[in-house]
Amino acid sequence: MSSDNLPGVPQGEATEQAAERVARTGMFGAKGTGDTSGYGRLVVRHAPQLASERPYGSYFDEVADALEPVAGDAIERVVVDRDEITFHIARERLVEAMRHLRDDPALRFELSLGVSGVHYPDETGAELRAVYHLCSITHNRRVRVEVSCPDSDRHIPSTVSVYPTHDWHERETYDFFGIIFDGHPALTRIEMPDDWEGHPQRKDYPLGGIPVEYRGAETPAPDQRRSYA
Amino acid sequence: MSTTTTEGKVYDVAGQDWDELVETVTETAEERLVINMGPQHPSTHGVLRLVLTLDGETVTEARTVIGYLHTGIEKNMEFRTWTQGVTFVTRMDYLAPIFNETAYCMGVEKLLGITDRIPERAQAIRVMMMELNRISSHLVALATYGLELGATTPMIFGFREREMILDLFEYITGLRMNMAYVRPGGVSVDLPAGAVDKIGEFLKIMPKRIKDMRKLLDENPVYTRRTKDVAYLDLTGCMALGITGPMLRAAGLPWDLRKSQPYCGYETYEFDVPTEKTCDVYGRYLVRMAEMEESLKIVEQALDRLTGPLKGGSVMIDDKKIGWPSQLALGPDGLGNSPDHIAHIMGSSMEALIHHFKLVTEGFRVPAGQVYSAVESPRGELGAHVVSDGGTRPFRVHFRDPSFTNLQAVPATCEGGMIADVISAVASIDPVMGGVDR
Repeated sequence: MSSDNLPGVPQGEATEQAAERVARTGMFGAKGTGDTSGYGRLVVRHAPQLASERPYGSYFDEVADALEPVAGDAIERVVVDRDEITFHIARERLVEAMRHLRDDPALRFELSLGVSGVHYPDETGAELRAVYHLCSITHNRRVRVEVSCPDSDRHIPSTVSVYPTHDWHERETYDFFGIIFDGHPALTRIEMPDDWEGHPQRKDYPLGGIPVEYRGAETPAPDQRRSYA
Repeated sequence: MSTTTTEGKVYDVAGQDWDELVETVTETAEERLVINMGPQHPSTHGVLRLVLTLDGETVTEARTVIGYLHTGIEKNMEFRTWTQGVTFVTRMDYLAPIFNETAYCMGVEKLLGITDRIPERAQAIRVMMMELNRISSHLVALATYGLELGATTPMIFGFREREMILDLFEYITGLRMNMAYVRPGGVSVDLPAGAVDKIGEFLKIMPKRIKDMRKLLDENPVYTRRTKDVAYLDLTGCMALGITGPMLRAAGLPWDLRKSQPYCGYETYEFDVPTEKTCDVYGRYLVRMAEMEESLKIVEQALDRLTGPLKGGSVMIDDKKIGWPSQLALGPDGLGNSPDHIAHIMGSSMEALIHHFKLVTEGFRVPAGQVYSAVESPRGELGAHVVSDGGTRPFRVHFRDPSFTNLQAVPATCEGGMIADVISAVASIDPVMGGVDR
């Protein structure tokens, strides 16, 4: 299928944005068969990258006001979605921003709920993400901090010096995604065996599994099954 | 057997004559001993491995090794539908399955934007099941507390009482554990006839049983000497290490998500958040005991609502594109699809059959985005970071399991103490390795 017969994006508010890249085409994962259903022409595009403008609403503006004087130039974009705020922060300034989030009396995010990794193989230049969920007990607020690094240069500074609880969480993210947290006291694998090869939660790492036969019918391994997604 | 390495002489104990070993060890003046506790040591709660460096009986270094129960639940979920995910998450922290399910389902519902449309009856059932589950989880924690410190009666009592709750779970959901009861949109099935009476009976018996357990342990001199001022971790330490749950509340901070950031309608229930200021193992024990009593209050209130104002309501969201179409019914061979539903889709409505097939095999689509949803599990904050790319399967689900984070406190609570206190320290953290390793 050539790109010129792909449907365009709907006209209207979204016209300013370029058409998002195609995520997948067709349906049911069937390829090479004669398509008589018409589903083969279905096109699913990536969700557009969100960036919110002020006012953010709720307590989010106060948090942004307190964070911007110190780390304003480090904030790449802010996303307010489903009553949650995400600060995308440049990795070079991460530790400084986190320290400010913890120590500033107007912010006081004393409690970190750890690090979660996400792998977006299609987002060139920002494939790997480390996501930090912070909670302020003083103000009873939550924010999310997201940091990205390209797959070719998998380095993010370690925040163990700010939040000691990140020790195991960064090890876990390293183990599963291969993100190297520079400055971590002992960045070793934590869940997988020490001599394991590869980082299992990455999207290019197969799930594995074998076909299962039951009463004569064979069911393929989960990652080989027809996919509706 | 001994070998010489760069660090000095290493004595290896692997099935040789002990007298011989003792003789060789007494030749040296060095007292440093590195022992492996676990991963198959009964008092390490599953497959936790502790590497302890001892000087005499004092622990100078404690290192925790985990990963022995890593099952790749988070990866597996990326290859199943959103609803099938429940079946996986319920197996993480196997002592608190309802909490895993609820945290995950709240995340999915938030992504779908249907949080406000979950029927109140479903929310009340979730609350009731969670609080029953909290009691059963704390009972195991307290039973193992006792057993590991040498008292077998609390163990027998704890597991006996827990069995009553597991029986309730079996009666309501069909399974004692890993029940996959909470689903995106509500719960899988309404309370069966007779469940209310059974829970009512349980509520009558349980307060006395908790009192019995308190009689055994609260003032027990052996128990208090093994737990008081042991494994001290104050509020500053808890905050730095990200500790939540009973450990944090035993350090004096009344931080409980049910009160501070209510979900599932917890703001409408009356209960207290028990705290202690002792920061030690005994304080954590008292907090867990008091939490069970508070949970009973919540169960009672939820039950009143389920039999009163919320009687006969729906337990699944009124959206045919999300709510599971299969009506479950209890048959002679267990819980399964109801004969009425099967007759409907197989006999009278082709469209219903198509709809059932599509929703069950393909599942529903969840708009792209990411959310974090958290519940107060028996061990602390259980958070689910759920990411969708707009498909019928999760793009990424990460669980912030409280056991995982709380286990980081092992060096802080054990180093400098006696080796026997390591046991009570680990027991007071109450880690569940299924949750730690996922």
